[in-house]
Amino acid sequence: MKAKTKYVPVPSKAILPDRDAARDPVLECVNLGITLGGIKAVDNFNLTIGRTEIAGLIGPNGAGKTTVFNLLTKVYQPTTGTILLNGRDTHGMNTMQVNRAGIARTFQNIRLFRNLSVVDNVKAAMNNEMHYNMFSAILRLPNYRREEVAAHRRALKLLSIFDMQNMADVPAGSLPYGAQRRLEIVRALATNPSLLLLDEPAAGMNPSETADLMDNIRKVHEMFQIAIILIEHDMSLVMNICEGICVLNFGQIIAKGTPDEIQNNPAVIEAYLGRRKEV
Amino acid sequence: MTMRRLINLKRVEARRIYLTYAVVIAAYVICQVMSSTKFLSSSMRGMLVPICAYMVMSVSLNLVVGISGELSLGHAGFMSVGAFSGVASAILMQGVITNAPVRLALAMIVAAVFAAFAGFVIGIPVLRLKGDYLAIVTLAFGEIIKSLLNNFYFGMDSQGLHFSMLTDTTRLLKGGRLIIRGPMGISGIQKIATFPAGFILLMIALMVVFNLVNSRSGRAFMAIRDDRIAAESIGLDITKYKMMAFVTSAALAGAAGALFAMNYSTIVANKFDFNTSILILVFVVLGGQGNMLGGIIAAAVLTILPEKLRQFSDYRMLLYAIILIVMMLATNNDEIKNFLNRINPFRRKEAE
Repeated sequence: MKAKTKYVPVPSKAILPDRDAARDPVLECVNLGITLGGIKAVDNFNLTIGRTEIAGLIGPNGAGKTTVFNLLTKVYQPTTGTILLNGRDTHGMNTMQVNRAGIARTFQNIRLFRNLSVVDNVKAAMNNEMHYNMFSAILRLPNYRREEVAAHRRALKLLSIFDMQNMADVPAGSLPYGAQRRLEIVRALATNPSLLLLDEPAAGMNPSETADLMDNIRKVHEMFQIAIILIEHDMSLVMNICEGICVLNFGQIIAKGTPDEIQNNPAVIEAYLGRRKEV
Repeated sequence: MTMRRLINLKRVEARRIYLTYAVVIAAYVICQVMSSTKFLSSSMRGMLVPICAYMVMSVSLNLVVGISGELSLGHAGFMSVGAFSGVASAILMQGVITNAPVRLALAMIVAAVFAAFAGFVIGIPVLRLKGDYLAIVTLAFGEIIKSLLNNFYFGMDSQGLHFSMLTDTTRLLKGGRLIIRGPMGISGIQKIATFPAGFILLMIALMVVFNLVNSRSGRAFMAIRDDRIAAESIGLDITKYKMMAFVTSAALAGAAGALFAMNYSTIVANKFDFNTSILILVFVVLGGQGNMLGGIIAAAVLTILPEKLRQFSDYRMLLYAIILIVMMLATNNDEIKNFLNRINPFRRKEAE
């Protein structure tokens, strides 16, 4: 039997942007933790994310950032703590149900449906908003046609946000690296999330691609008015785009605050650069 | 934007689908003309229905192996469930429905329903497994179905239907008929399976599979095949879609089994053993996973080949194996693929 900590509304001291301060948060993590092989990979993780906040999750390698994403999406079931999504406890849900409840994610190592075309990757993510059954599909009934056309139109519209509508018919596996990263974001958006998790979206990108990505994330944020959490090692991206930042080290939150506060936080500097030797 | 535009966007796939239908229809017309002009030998004519049944098996297994990416080694099991339930129901209907094609169609529907049910029951434990484990367990279930049918007695008399397991304890009244006789199978089957019926079943199977693949379900099958974790993360119900593919495939295999069985006067469960499952898998692998036309051609070639090699008597299986290996090497050879691309206008346009 898993230890289940009862939900206690602890103030989590997150940095909410002013526009979100008066509204219910999209995500609340209370005392979240997981033990993997005897090691507390994430421990006592408290975080509140506002409705339209862009938050950054940073930390040295192995700090547990991706583990937090895996906890939020229930790839791992947390050993302790509570995750409230839109005020609803996600206890006992699996990855699929969490997605339906509103969390979509991208992956650190790209996970596209490589043999499907670009547009089919996006349409696969729209599966839950189509309702025709397999008999309509086999017999090509009117509702099949209507829903397929609507889905196709919406998929192209989503792709056009990232200027990818021209690549719609290309197999996803043959796309260039940057485009694969963008397609993952489009696919995640196609599930109509209220919270988007981006796991190192700028990994392997050159500075100009990173700048484009930054514009794209802002554009997505404006268009869809959703909350975004991103894990990123590119500090220029994080400091420019995030309104609140949470720093993890050894599975523990060591600092939370605005980009300015984080940049000047001694604990963060120590985690990244180490301690100055006393002479 | 209209549906035509949608189809245009998928023109590569659409062309492949139309090509498949066209080849099947053309082959049917040619065979029909040849058999009516007595150009086809009687042994070849007798093979037309089994070839159709194997083609349907190939299409149905392709849905599981090629489209949803699960290796199933027990597909002959569903064929035998379909064969026995189809033939038994055809015999029961003999007195009621005198029109043979209608009886055949109904028997195939009954067979599909029974096989789909078997697929559902087997799918519950099997589809929780992955990769090799799934393959091994499907193999085991194929054998279990065979053993069950080998020990199954089923008969009808004036009091109704009777069945028993292991030994014949049905105690039929006088005038009753024991339809399934354990290891003796079913005998005295009216051969009502015809080549046109096989052709229609193949066209229906192709329509079901192609239309399913080009729908939200098909995208889900292929998404789960390509990346299970990503598929879960976008909210796809893995179990549901795997089951859907498995049950659809089993239903088609059942209908094919009924067609196959009603081409013979006697049918036994041992006919649908592990070798048959592997033979069907070879059709799929040789024709290309996910490639329906390839699987259909492979089914035809590999069914005709052993017959044509009969003249070599002792060396028959040796030659069969050599041809199989040469075909595999040839279809995986880049040089030959490039050559085919150059001469084939359909493929050339795809490559551009």
